[in-house]
Amino acid sequence: MNSLPLLTIITVLPVIGAAISLFTRRHSRGVAQATGIVCLLLSLVVWMYLPADGSIGLQELHQWVPTLGVQYHLGVDGLGALMLILSALVSLMSIDAAHRVHHEPGLFFALVLLLEAGLFGTFTALNFFHWFIFWELSLIPAFFLIKLWGGPKRGPAATQFFVYTMVGSVALLLSFLAVYHATGSMDFIQLATMAANGTLQNRVLASLGPVMMWLAVGVLAGFAVKVPLAPFHTWLPAAYSEAPSPVTMLLTGGMSKMGVYGLIRIALPLFGAQIAAIRTPLLVLAVITIVMGAWAAAAQKDLKRVFAYSSVNHLGYCLLGIFAIAIHTGGNVSDSVSQAAALNGVILQMFNHGLTAATLFWFISMIQFRSGGLRGIGTFGGLRKPAPVFAGLMGIALFSSLGLPGLNGFVGEFLIFRGVFPLSWVAAAVSVLGLLVTAAVILTVILKVFSGPVPERWASFPDLHGGERLGVAPVIGLMFLLGLVPQIVLERVNPTVQYLLAHWRF
Amino acid sequence: MLAWTIYISFAGALVLAVLPKGNATLARAIALVIAAAGFLIAIAGFAAGAGQGRVTIIDVPWVPAMGIHYTLAADGISRVLVLLTGLAALAGVLFSWNINLRTNEFFAFFFALIGGVYGVFLSFDLFLLFVFYEIAIVPKYFLIAIWGSTRREYAAMKLALYSFVGSAMVLIVLLAAYATSGSHSTGLVNLANADFPIGFQMWAFPVTFIGFGILAGLWPFHTWAPTGHVAAPTAASMLLAGVVMKLGAYGCLRVAIGLFPHGLDQWGWSFWGIGSWRDVFALLAVIGIVYGALVALAQTDFKFVIGYSSVSHMGFVLLGLVTLTQVGVDGAVLQMFSHGVIAGLLFAIVGRIVYDRTHTRQLAELETMYLGRRMPFAAWAFVIAGVASMGLPGFSGFVAELQVLIGAWIAKPWWTAASGVGIVIGVAYTWRALQKAFFSDRLPKPDEHPKEGWPKFDPITWPEVTATCLLFAATLIVGIYPSILLNSIEPAVKALLAGGMQ
Repeated sequence: MNSLPLLTIITVLPVIGAAISLFTRRHSRGVAQATGIVCLLLSLVVWMYLPADGSIGLQELHQWVPTLGVQYHLGVDGLGALMLILSALVSLMSIDAAHRVHHEPGLFFALVLLLEAGLFGTFTALNFFHWFIFWELSLIPAFFLIKLWGGPKRGPAATQFFVYTMVGSVALLLSFLAVYHATGSMDFIQLATMAANGTLQNRVLASLGPVMMWLAVGVLAGFAVKVPLAPFHTWLPAAYSEAPSPVTMLLTGGMSKMGVYGLIRIALPLFGAQIAAIRTPLLVLAVITIVMGAWAAAAQKDLKRVFAYSSVNHLGYCLLGIFAIAIHTGGNVSDSVSQAAALNGVILQMFNHGLTAATLFWFISMIQFRSGGLRGIGTFGGLRKPAPVFAGLMGIALFSSLGLPGLNGFVGEFLIFRGVFPLSWVAAAVSVLGLLVTAAVILTVILKVFSGPVPERWASFPDLHGGERLGVAPVIGLMFLLGLVPQIVLERVNPTVQYLLAHWRF
Repeated sequence: MLAWTIYISFAGALVLAVLPKGNATLARAIALVIAAAGFLIAIAGFAAGAGQGRVTIIDVPWVPAMGIHYTLAADGISRVLVLLTGLAALAGVLFSWNINLRTNEFFAFFFALIGGVYGVFLSFDLFLLFVFYEIAIVPKYFLIAIWGSTRREYAAMKLALYSFVGSAMVLIVLLAAYATSGSHSTGLVNLANADFPIGFQMWAFPVTFIGFGILAGLWPFHTWAPTGHVAAPTAASMLLAGVVMKLGAYGCLRVAIGLFPHGLDQWGWSFWGIGSWRDVFALLAVIGIVYGALVALAQTDFKFVIGYSSVSHMGFVLLGLVTLTQVGVDGAVLQMFSHGVIAGLLFAIVGRIVYDRTHTRQLAELETMYLGRRMPFAAWAFVIAGVASMGLPGFSGFVAELQVLIGAWIAKPWWTAASGVGIVIGVAYTWRALQKAFFSDRLPKPDEHPKEGWPKFDPITWPEVTATCLLFAATLIVGIYPSILLNSIEPAVKALLAGGMQ
C-alpha cells in the first residue's frame, strides 16, 4: 500500500481538467495542456517508484461491491507504467497538435482529456469490473471526437468503429461473466494465479463443462477488434482517416495499445493454455495482419490511409510476438530466453509505435493545415526545398517507423524477430516480407513528398515555425534516445517480463 | 413511516381534485410538495431500514370474516422500489410542469396512480395488494385518454383491457389459493408457508406469472406497452415504464415465485430442452429481449424506439427472476430500479424536452433539424441516458444486467449467449436513434439554412434541468456504488428464495 494514491490521482486529474475545460471556452486548450503536462510528470513519478522485481506495485485495494467480488484494485508494473507514460505523452502531443479547433474547443479538449482518463484507467485497473468501465467508456469520447470533428465520411466511420468495438466487448464481457461464475473472482491477479495452478480450468470445467476454449475465443475477440487483428481490422482505416489528426494520434498511440495490453495482462495469463492450443491459426492471422497491412499501405493514395494501414502492420508485430510466446517450453532455457526477448520486444514496440505513429499523424496534420486539407501522396513533391526543417524532422519520424537502427522503431522489432525466430521460424520468415514492403512504402512516401521538382503551388510551403519546432523537437529527441539507449526502458520492462513469464503457464 | 407515502399521495390526489380550476400554479406547487414529501419519506424509510429484514408497519384486521388484514410491511426489495417510486414521482411532476390543460385533475390522477403503486410495493396481504394494483390501473386510463397523443383512446383502452385480463388471472389464483391453503388468511406470509400441493402450484404459478407478467411486458403479451408509452403524456410514460411495469415484475417475484416456488420445478419430461415453466418463461424473456431490441431498431418514431426498448430491458428483469439464483434475482431487482430511472429519463428527453419544442417525433424530420447544435442540453442528456441504457459500465444498467447475466450463466448458458445478442442490438438501436435525432449527417447544406438563422427553441427550464440531474445522479450513484441498493436487496432476496419470506 502506498500512502499517496498516485494511480487514482492520475486517473481523476484529466476528468477534473475536462470539467474545467468544458467551461473555459477560449482558454480550454491551455487548461488541457496544463493537465496533460501534470499527468505526464505524474506518470514519470510512477515509473520511478516501480518495484525492482518487476511485480505489480503502487497497489490500491478497497472493497467496492463485495457481493460481486468487485474491488477497487489498482496497480502497475513495468508494462502498465510504460503505457501510462505513453498515454500521457500521446495525449499531450495530441493537445499540442489540436491548436486550430474553431468549433466548440471546450468540448473537444474535454473529450480528449476524458479519453486520456479512460486510457489511464484501463492501464491501471486490476479488477475486471473496474477495468471494463474504462475500457468501454473510453469509446464514448473517441466516438464523438470522430463524429463531431471528423472528415466528410465521419458518420459511417464513427458508427462502424463503435459497433465493431462493442461487439468485441460484449463477447469479452460474456466470457468474463462465465469466468466469474466459475471462480467467484474478478481480480486479474487472483485469476492469473488460479490459471497458473490449474484451478481456473478445473472450476470452469466443473461448473460449465468444456467451454474454456470458447471463453478464450470470446476474450480474444474483444482484443482482436481493438488492436486490430485481421480480419477484424476493417473499421480502422475509415476511423483513422476520417478522425481529425489529433484524434487519430490518440487512437493509434493510445487506444490500439489497450488491445495489446489486454492480451498481455488478461488473455495470456488466464488463457495461456488455450492460446497455445490454437497458436498456429493465431500466428497465421498475425502474419496476415503484418503482410496485408503493409501491402494495403502500399496501395493507398492518401497519406492518412497509408499510415493507418502501416499501423495495422506495426501492431501486427506485437501480435506476432504475443502469439509466438504462447508455447510450452518445458524448461528449455533457450526457448525461455526467446520468449523473454519477444515479450520485451512487444512491450517496446507498443511504446515505440505509439510514439512514432502519433508523431507521423502530427506531421500529417501540419501538412493538411498548410495545404488546405490536401493529403494525397501525389499532390506534393520536393517539399524539402521550401521546408527543409519540416522535411528533415518528418524524415526522421518516417525512418523511425521504417525501423532504421539508431532510432526507436528498430529495437522493438529487432527483439520481436530475435524472439520469434527460434519459436516459429516460418511465421518470422514470412513476416520479414512485411518489413520489406513497409520499407518500400515509407521510402516511396519520402520520395514523392519530399524530393523531386517542386510544383509551383508548393513553392512557398511554409517551414516549421518556432512553436512547432519546440513541440516536435523533444519527441524527435526521444526517438534518438530510445534508439540509442533502449536500456532506460528495458531496465524496468525486463524485470516485469521475467516476472510475468515466470508466472504464466502455457 | 413508509406507509405515509401512500396516505400522502392519496390525500394529495384528493386535495388536487377539489382544487378550484384555473389556478395551475397552485396545483403545480402542491404537486411538487407532495412528490417531494413522498420522496423524502422514501429516502428516510430506506435509510432507516438499512440492515433490517422485513419490518411490519401496520397489521390490523380488515375483513375478519375472510381473514383479510390490512398489512403493510417492507423488506429490502420493497424499500428499493418505494425509493424508485418516490424518485419517479418527483421527476414526473417536474417534467409535467408545462401541463396547462386541467392541471389540477392531471396531478390528481397522477397521485392516485402513485399512491396505488406505493401501496402495491408495501402490501403484505395478497388481497390488499390486489386492491392497490387495481387502483393503479384506473388513473392510467384517464391520464392517457385525456392528456395523451397519438391514438390515445385506443392506447388507453388497450392498456386497460390488458391490465384487467392480467388482474383477472391473478384474482382467480388469489381465490383458489385462499381456498386451498385452508389457513383462512390472505396474508402473504401465511400463504407462503401454506405448503400448497405441487399440482396446485404447477398451474397457479404460470397463471400468476403471466397475469403479472402482462404488466411487466412479458413477450408476447407486451403489445400494450409500446402503444401505451407512446400515447401517454410524458409524465405518464415515465411512470408507465418507470414504475407500472415494475408492479408486474414485483408481482411475479413476490406472489408467483414467493408463493408457488414449486411451480418452477421440472415437469419430468421435456420438449426441445424445455422441461419446466422456468424454461418456458426464460425462453419468453429472452425472446422479449431480442425481439424488443430488433423492433426498436426498425422504428421511425423516436418514442416508439424507447417504448420497445422498455420491452427489451424488462426482458432482463424477467430473465433474472426465473434464474432463481441469488445473483440473478438481485440483478433483476436492481434492473427494476435502474430501468425505472433510465427509461424515465429517456421518455422525458424524447417526450418532453425534444417533442414539446420540435413538435415532431419522426426521426426522419428530426434528422434535418440540427438538434445537436440547437439543443445541446437535450443532445448530451440523451447521450448519457443512452449510454446508461445500453448498459455501459459506470451506470446502473450495467451492474444490473451483469448480475442477471451471471445468474443466467449459472442457470442455462445459452440464455446468456442469446441475451448477449440482445445487448448488441441494444447498442445499435440506441446509437441509431441518437445519431439520427441529434448528430445526423443529413443536415441541410449551409446555403440552405434559413436566412434569418435557425428559429430559437424555448429555453430549457429549471424543472427540466433539475429532474434530469436528479435522474442522472441516481443512475450514476447506483452504477458506481451499487452496494447502496444491493445491501438492502440481497438479504430480502435470500429470504424470499429460501421460501417462507421469514
